[in-house]
Amino acid sequence: MIQLIDIHKSFRNKQVLKGVNLEIKRGESMVVIGGSGCGKSVLMKHIMGLIWPDQGRVLIEGRDIASCSRWELKEIRKKFGMLFQGAALFDSMTVGQNVGFGLKEHTSLSKEEIRKRVQEKLQMVGLPGIEDLRPDELSGGMKKRVGLARAIAMEPEILLYDEPTTGLDPIMADVINELIIRMKEVYKVTSLTITHDMKSAYKIADRIGMLYDGRIIEVGTPEEIQNTQNPIVRQFITGSAKGPITEGACL
Amino acid sequence: MRKILEKIGEQFSHLLAEAGRLSILFGQAVVGIFSPPFRLEESLLQMEEVGVHSLSVTLITGAFTGMVLALQTYIGFKRFNAESLVGTVVALSMTRELGPVLTGLVVAARAGSSIAAELGTMRVTEQIDALTTMAVNPIEYLVSPRLLAGLVMLPLLTALANITGITGGYLVSVYILGANSLVYVRRTFDYLTYQDIYSGIFKAAVFGVIITVVGCYKGFYAEGGAHGVGRATTGAVVMSYMLIIISNYIMTALFF
Repeated sequence: MIQLIDIHKSFRNKQVLKGVNLEIKRGESMVVIGGSGCGKSVLMKHIMGLIWPDQGRVLIEGRDIASCSRWELKEIRKKFGMLFQGAALFDSMTVGQNVGFGLKEHTSLSKEEIRKRVQEKLQMVGLPGIEDLRPDELSGGMKKRVGLARAIAMEPEILLYDEPTTGLDPIMADVINELIIRMKEVYKVTSLTITHDMKSAYKIADRIGMLYDGRIIEVGTPEEIQNTQNPIVRQFITGSAKGPITEGACL
Repeated sequence: MRKILEKIGEQFSHLLAEAGRLSILFGQAVVGIFSPPFRLEESLLQMEEVGVHSLSVTLITGAFTGMVLALQTYIGFKRFNAESLVGTVVALSMTRELGPVLTGLVVAARAGSSIAAELGTMRVTEQIDALTTMAVNPIEYLVSPRLLAGLVMLPLLTALANITGITGGYLVSVYILGANSLVYVRRTFDYLTYQDIYSGIFKAAVFGVIITVVGCYKGFYAEGGAHGVGRATTGAVVMSYMLIIISNYIMTALFF
């Protein structure tokens, strides 16, 4: 459903991605792990066309997004929902307006219908009755859940999660994990999650890929990753201070 | 020497790139105004932000400018017995130059900085990316309504600043300097033409475009967290001031 082919990207002479290849199948939950600042968010932003590759192609259902017209790209983006690391809620709007924003923009639903859909999505993420609060009145975990409610309001086919559990306490992190699993099982969404939280990765992933030194160096099921012989992956998943990553191993 | 030339060339190329990006943003925002969906609600909100919230500071600036202009002109003109022309000078200065320019500078400081800070914060907290991922064009959603607001509200604010300025000049001349009320009013309107008023209003519309587009541009391309937002805000005010002052001279020299 999503294919990244030989993606290269540099910022001010610093090469962040050096030929990323990754395929995400329909209905699959793919998790990309990697250290902070290794380019995981950059990789995810390529899928939405927020960043364009210097070289390589991004295919969504076989269609190269670089060759799409503005209108086609808009239609493709409607298939996506994205949960940002900091939730990226519009702070000039209430929670209800945030969640209902996509519906107001892209559907002909009445205000009443939008209100009902917003209530339903907030209920789904375990936050009923907070429509009139403003984002600055919410805790970090609540913001993430409202961000998720906004991402699923349009009932997208593909969900992208940018570090969904970062900065949350373990219980709240697990609540988010459960929601991600529910999205996959109940709504059959295809998803890509980027994280460095291994507990979360093992729980939500069908497959895990590791991004290191600008490339995906290994892809496998959570069991395969846990039993990997690759010393770089091994160091990362065990969280060891000693190993090839800290010794600056390059591929 | 070579290093100096390289530095100058680098700065010049940076300036050209910035001018290019600014022009592209302006073009896309203009297209956005005329492309559906027409964002009436957003535009009205921005008109309130740019216009209504700048009203009191604009009126006070206009009034006191007219008052001090009357005072200074009276002192100067008294030396050659031309005090009766104070009203004319105040009216012409306010409508042709001071009304639009001071209103432009006041709104650049108040609304232009606020636009840059708001959009800059939206950029660094990924709210602009969120708009894009939700298939909403951020330029059409954020920049076009602000551009329209600047285009509509600056002329209105300028007209009001002109009125308070002329009124302020009248009050100082008649009640403090002892001018004859009837003569002052007649002198005010004897030499004032529609061209004077229109030229000022036209300039104000141009300043409205400059302030909002520059504010949006600086905010839209802000990077680097809180420091970047601060830099964008300062940059928006400085660039708007420069462009207002320079474009005012060019418009006066070429058209008026």
